[in-house]
Amino acid sequence: MHDTIEAHGAGATTPAPAPPSTSALRRLGRALAPLPWIGPAVILIGAVVLWPVIEMVRTSLLRISSSGATLGSRGTGNYRDLFDESDLVSVLLRTVVWVVGVVLVTIVVSLALGQLLNARFPGRRVVRWAVIVPWAASVLMTALTWKWMLNYYYGVVNKVLQGLGLIDHPVNWLSHPTQALMWMMWVAVFVSLPFTSFVILAGLQTIPDDVYEAARVDGAGRARTYFRITLPLLRPSLLVAAIINVINVFNSFPIIYAMTGGGPGSKTDTSTTFMYKLAFTGTGDVGESAAMAVVNFALILILVLVYLRVVGWRGEAQA
Amino acid sequence: MSSLSTPRRQGRPGGRSGSVGRGRQRSSGVDWSKLARRTILAGVGYLVAFVFVAPYLEMALTALKPDRELTKSPTTFLPKHWDFANFVNVWKAAPIWKNMQVSLIVAAVATLIALVVALPAAYYTARNRFRGRGAFLLLVLVTQMFAPTALVIGIYREMVALNLTDTLFGLILVNAAFNLPFCVWILHGYFSSIPKALEEAAYLDGAGKVKALTRVTLPLSLPGLVTAVIYTFIGAWNEYVVALTITSSPNRQPLTVAVPGFVTSYQQHWQYLFATSLIAIVPVVVLFVFIERYLIGGLTAGSVK
Repeated sequence: MHDTIEAHGAGATTPAPAPPSTSALRRLGRALAPLPWIGPAVILIGAVVLWPVIEMVRTSLLRISSSGATLGSRGTGNYRDLFDESDLVSVLLRTVVWVVGVVLVTIVVSLALGQLLNARFPGRRVVRWAVIVPWAASVLMTALTWKWMLNYYYGVVNKVLQGLGLIDHPVNWLSHPTQALMWMMWVAVFVSLPFTSFVILAGLQTIPDDVYEAARVDGAGRARTYFRITLPLLRPSLLVAAIINVINVFNSFPIIYAMTGGGPGSKTDTSTTFMYKLAFTGTGDVGESAAMAVVNFALILILVLVYLRVVGWRGEAQA
Repeated sequence: MSSLSTPRRQGRPGGRSGSVGRGRQRSSGVDWSKLARRTILAGVGYLVAFVFVAPYLEMALTALKPDRELTKSPTTFLPKHWDFANFVNVWKAAPIWKNMQVSLIVAAVATLIALVVALPAAYYTARNRFRGRGAFLLLVLVTQMFAPTALVIGIYREMVALNLTDTLFGLILVNAAFNLPFCVWILHGYFSSIPKALEEAAYLDGAGKVKALTRVTLPLSLPGLVTAVIYTFIGAWNEYVVALTITSSPNRQPLTVAVPGFVTSYQQHWQYLFATSLIAIVPVVVLFVFIERYLIGGLTAGSVK
């Protein structure tokens, strides 16, 4: 990307080169040739995806009034404020529990789901369509349905659990931080399952029949075949699914925001909702929120680097 | 991309009909055990399907309940009185027609921009080797992992600086830009998988560069195009955090931001909330089901190559 931008800069500033350097001209022309094709994409990504990154880092070093006006530099003051927040440690710990718990459960359940979706039985297509639904539906609206189903007085969850004899009297699920967190983690698993099980399904479909055939000839049983052959061959799909899920679950904002608003207090906040609340509720400190965002972003960046390693990015044909 | 070329017919071994005597049991019991297996699988399958659809079923059933039945405890699964009028009244209860227009315009224009910008970039990088190609693809791969949620503070500050808060244009820009990397990536994969020779054959037949592209390459990469379009559209249609942050006037908010407004401390119209949700969800679920077979190929293009 940098090459092309520099080349463009050079093209704009250098006056027409002297006649003998036709080869230089041609080289310049060749360097500029990709610009009309990839230039717009670079500009759009740069201006709308990369600029906010820079703006965020800059804001984290500024003093911002509650109305959003910049009141000058603040050094590391926002970070000091952030680290002084009494809730920060518990929010960060909860974020780890949230991400690890949701992703682990999602992957284990998806392994089974992928197997089911790959097996042959009548009506398989319909089951696949049903599994897609939470993927296409708005996560916010899915979370709102769960909130309604978990309602203390009118929710079907209490009715079903009472009908099954699992609880004696209705429970106000979303008002207790631990129970609320468990339910929200379930909703996060619920919306992550479709993508994950489809990635695993795609992985299963790339395993050729003869591998299984050979295993059977060698007399391997079902479990052995699965753990010695299927699972190792699913490794690439599993790794990609895991990393994409970690990033998505980390960023999962609507579930918590819609179901408990992170409350009571910030007892069900993860660092993402915590960041949002720092800026847009109460006295609203955009600077401190930006500091939280930078911390979050740094964590995600590490994950992206891991992702690149996994995908096996080798700088595919540098120049 | 290989998952695309591998046909889904590749089931488990022994799954093919007519392969008598391949199973462990060679007696006539083979068919029975297979039948039992299939029945159990189907049973489990339908149960799973129900679990995945159940919340949306509850959504629909609640959307059809009259007000008085919503606040009945214990609740009933089915409405006693099926109040289909909710789906009519909801349009009067809030400016959701306006919100739907916003959602539609933002999603459609963002998709259009993402596609128009992604197509040439993906095509050029698939067909040519040039200085900066690797850097460009790396940029695309990395920014694909960036979610607006993580950057919402930066986006908010940028929109304030550009005076684009509370505008549709701001929403369009954000949705187009954040979906662009995925579009480039999936289209790049498709274009790369189409042999150059096909285009060269078209040149021999007297077609120009543009004609070769529109008549040969684009039709062959149609699944990728459709996937990119639908994926971007649904992503923009469901986008919540940025819209929540940068819009404030009710008639410039998309459905995702407007829908929770039916249930606040002042009013509790769950039936309208879910009626609107269903109106928003059903079309995109249909779209997603439509591209089901292509969904994964694109998403895992980088890994399963």
